[in-house]
Amino acid sequence: MLLTGAEILLECLIKEGVEVVFGYPGGAILPTYDSMTKYPQIRHVLVRHEQGASHMADGYARASGKVGVCIATSGPGATNLVTGLATALMDSVGIVAITGQVARGSIGTDAFQETDVTGVTLPVTKHNYLVMSAAEIPLVVEEAFHIARSGRPGPVLIDIPKDVQTEKAEFGSYPTGKLRLPGYKVASSADENDLAEAIRLIQEAERPLILAGHGLIMGNATQQLQELAEIAGIPVTLTLLGKGALPEQHPLCIGMMGMHGHAASNHAIQEADLLIALGMRFDDRVTGNLKTYSPLSRKIHVDIDPSEINKNVKVDVGIVGDLRTVLTQMLPHVPRKQHPEWVRRIRDWQEDGSERDIVTHYTGSTLLGAQVINDLWKFTDGNAVTVTDVGQHQMLEAQYYPHQRPSTLLTSGGLGTMGFGFPAAIGAKFAKPDEEVWAIVGDGGFQMTLAELATARQENVDVNIAILNNGFLGMVRQWQEIFYEQRYHATPMVNPDFCKLAEAYGIPSMRVTSRDQIKESVDFARSIKGPVLIEYVILKEEMVYPMVPSGADLDKMIRRPKWGETQP
Amino acid sequence: MSTNANKKHIISALVENKPGVLNRLVSLFRRRNFNIDSLTVGRTHKPHVSRMTIVIDGQRLNPRQMVANLYKLVNVIDARMISEDLHVERDMALVKVRTDDTESFNAVTELCERFPARIIDMGMQVAIVEITARTELVEEFINQLKPIGIVELVRTGVVAMGRGVRTQDTEYEPASISMNGGELERYSV
Repeated sequence: MLLTGAEILLECLIKEGVEVVFGYPGGAILPTYDSMTKYPQIRHVLVRHEQGASHMADGYARASGKVGVCIATSGPGATNLVTGLATALMDSVGIVAITGQVARGSIGTDAFQETDVTGVTLPVTKHNYLVMSAAEIPLVVEEAFHIARSGRPGPVLIDIPKDVQTEKAEFGSYPTGKLRLPGYKVASSADENDLAEAIRLIQEAERPLILAGHGLIMGNATQQLQELAEIAGIPVTLTLLGKGALPEQHPLCIGMMGMHGHAASNHAIQEADLLIALGMRFDDRVTGNLKTYSPLSRKIHVDIDPSEINKNVKVDVGIVGDLRTVLTQMLPHVPRKQHPEWVRRIRDWQEDGSERDIVTHYTGSTLLGAQVINDLWKFTDGNAVTVTDVGQHQMLEAQYYPHQRPSTLLTSGGLGTMGFGFPAAIGAKFAKPDEEVWAIVGDGGFQMTLAELATARQENVDVNIAILNNGFLGMVRQWQEIFYEQRYHATPMVNPDFCKLAEAYGIPSMRVTSRDQIKESVDFARSIKGPVLIEYVILKEEMVYPMVPSGADLDKMIRRPKWGETQP
Repeated sequence: MSTNANKKHIISALVENKPGVLNRLVSLFRRRNFNIDSLTVGRTHKPHVSRMTIVIDGQRLNPRQMVANLYKLVNVIDARMISEDLHVERDMALVKVRTDDTESFNAVTELCERFPARIIDMGMQVAIVEITARTELVEEFINQLKPIGIVELVRTGVVAMGRGVRTQDTEYEPASISMNGGELERYSV
C-alpha cells in the first residue's frame, strides 16, 4: 500500500495502540496534522504550550503504564518539549515525542524554525532518531516504542523532516518483523549465586529494611514486594516515586524516606544491618551525606539498570534484573522470620514523630497546607489519583496522603519540574477516565503551565485543581528562612485572583480559607463533570518538617519540637 | 612512581556505524564527567560496525561504571574492559623533527634504529618520523627527540585488541529497508 510518510506514521501509532496524542501544530509537522483528519481513531489534544504536551504524555504514561505520545513542530515547538523529556528521563517514564523537522534539503542551512533537535535532546532522551526516508518510519516507530517501554523506560524522540512526511513509500505489515537492536539488551533474571548470597544476607539480618522505589511499580512487582516483606517480616520504607508500591497503611510500611521523609524511616536506615534496595537509585535526596549513609548495614541492590549498581552507594550484592522476575525467583527461598524488637524500635521513632505532628496538634485558625492535604485524603477516601507539582505541597502530599495502590501518586521526583503537576494531571485523566484525578499544585508552579486551563476547558477534562496558595515560593522560602537568615528575596509572589482567572477560562471555582470548608470544596469539585479549580489560602510561612539539610547526615534532621515545647 | 596509581584502563566498544553515534558517546562522557585520555574510532571489516578504543585514567573513575553506561547507548553493540585480560596495544605518532645539520640528522637516524621507528619523509630542514609501539615507548621516543628539536607532532591514540581466540565481534547484520528514493548513505560515523 503506497502511503505518505505522515500516513505511515499514523498507521504505526494506531497499531501501537495509541488512542490519544498531545500536541501543537506548526509548519514542519503540518503534513502529519493534515493526515490526522483521515485517522479519527487517534484523539488529538491541542495544548497551549508544547511543554504541557510533554507533561501530559508523561502523566498519561505514568497513570496507564502505556507509552504516552506528544507531537510538536520543528524549532521552538521541539525545544519546548525539552523540559518534559528531561523530566521523563529522570523518572524513567516511557514517552515517544514526534517532532517535525525542516525538509531534508534544508537541514543545516539555518532554515526557518530549524533546530538540531536530535542534538539538543540527545542528553535528555533514552534514544532519538532523525528519519531520513519514509520507508524507514515503521521500523523507527517500532524501535522507539520498544525502547521507550522496555527495560528502564524513558523518552524517545523521532524527528521527521517535512518532505519525509509527504514522501510516498510502500507500507507493509506492522510490526515490521525487522526489529533487531544488537546493542539493546534488557536484563531479566538474576544470577543464581547473587540470589543465594542475597538470601544468606536476609537470613542473617536482625534489623533488615526494604527501600522500595519506582521500579517496583513500573515493573509490576508490588505483589512480590508485599510477599517478601510479609514472609521475612521486613519493614518497608518508600521513595517519593515508590509511594503506592506497598499500601501505606500496611503494618510493615513506615512511609517515605529522605530529605522530608518520616524521621522513623531515616533513623531505621541509619540503624539497619541490612538494606534491600529495590528499584531505587540512592538519589542524594534520599541518602543525605553518602559518607555516613547507613553505616551499619550490608546492602543488596536490585535494579534493571546495571549503571545504577555501585553508582552512589557501594553494595554487597548487586543484582541486575527485572524486579518481578528477580523477586519471583527469590520468594521460594526467603526465610520466614519476624523481627519484633526491630519493629518495636521503629514504632518508638514513629510515636515520637506523632508527638511532633502539626495536624493533630495545631490550634491556629489560619489554614495549613498539611491540613488541606490530610483532609483531601480523608474526603477522597485515600483513593484519588493525585498529581503534584514541586515544592512544599508536594512534600506535604507525600507525608499526609497515604496511597494504597500503585500509580496513584504522579509527581516529578528526579528533575523536580515545577509546572509538571497540572498538565500531567490532564494526561492522567485521559489514561484513567473513571478515576478521580486531583492536581495538587502550589501557586508558583501552577503559574508556569496554567495556560493549559484552556486545554482542560476545550477538552472538558474532569480534573480537580487544588491550589495551595501561600503567596510564596514556599520551599525556596523555607530554605531562605533556615539557611539564608530569612532574606526572602524573589520568593514573595503577587498572584492573580485564581478564582477570577478560572472564571475567565469558563472553569468553576471556589476559594477556601478555613478548615471547615474543605469537605464542601471536595463535594463541590466532585459535583462538576469537567475542570474545577479550588484555591486553598494557607499560612504564608508554613514549614515542612522533618528536614535533612542538603548534604547532612540522614539522621541529623531538623525536627519540629514535640507539642508543648517551644514552637519554631 | 607506582604503576597502580597511574593505572590506565582500555575499553573497546563495537558500535553501529550510523550517523551521530560518535556524538552519542562523546556526549555521554561529557555529561557523566568521564575524563578520557584518548579515543580512536575506525571502521571494521564489517561496514556496519565501527570499533572504538577508549583509554581512561582509573584514578579518576570506575571503569565498570563507564562500561555500564556505554551499554545504555542503544547503538553500542558490545563494550568491554580490554585491559583486564591479555591484550596488545599500539599507539602511533608522526613527529616532524629538525634535521638541518649532520649532528641532528645522525641523532634522529640513530634513535630510529633503537626504537620501532622510521623516517618516512626527508627534507632539507626537517624529517617526519613515524613510530608505532606501546604508549610508553612512544612517549620515551618523543622525550628523546625533544632535545633535537620537535617541530610538529600528531598521535593516533591507542588501539588495542585482546590476545588469543577470544574475540570481540558481533553477528549483527542491519535490517534492510527498501528505499524509494535510491540507496541512502546510512553508514558513516
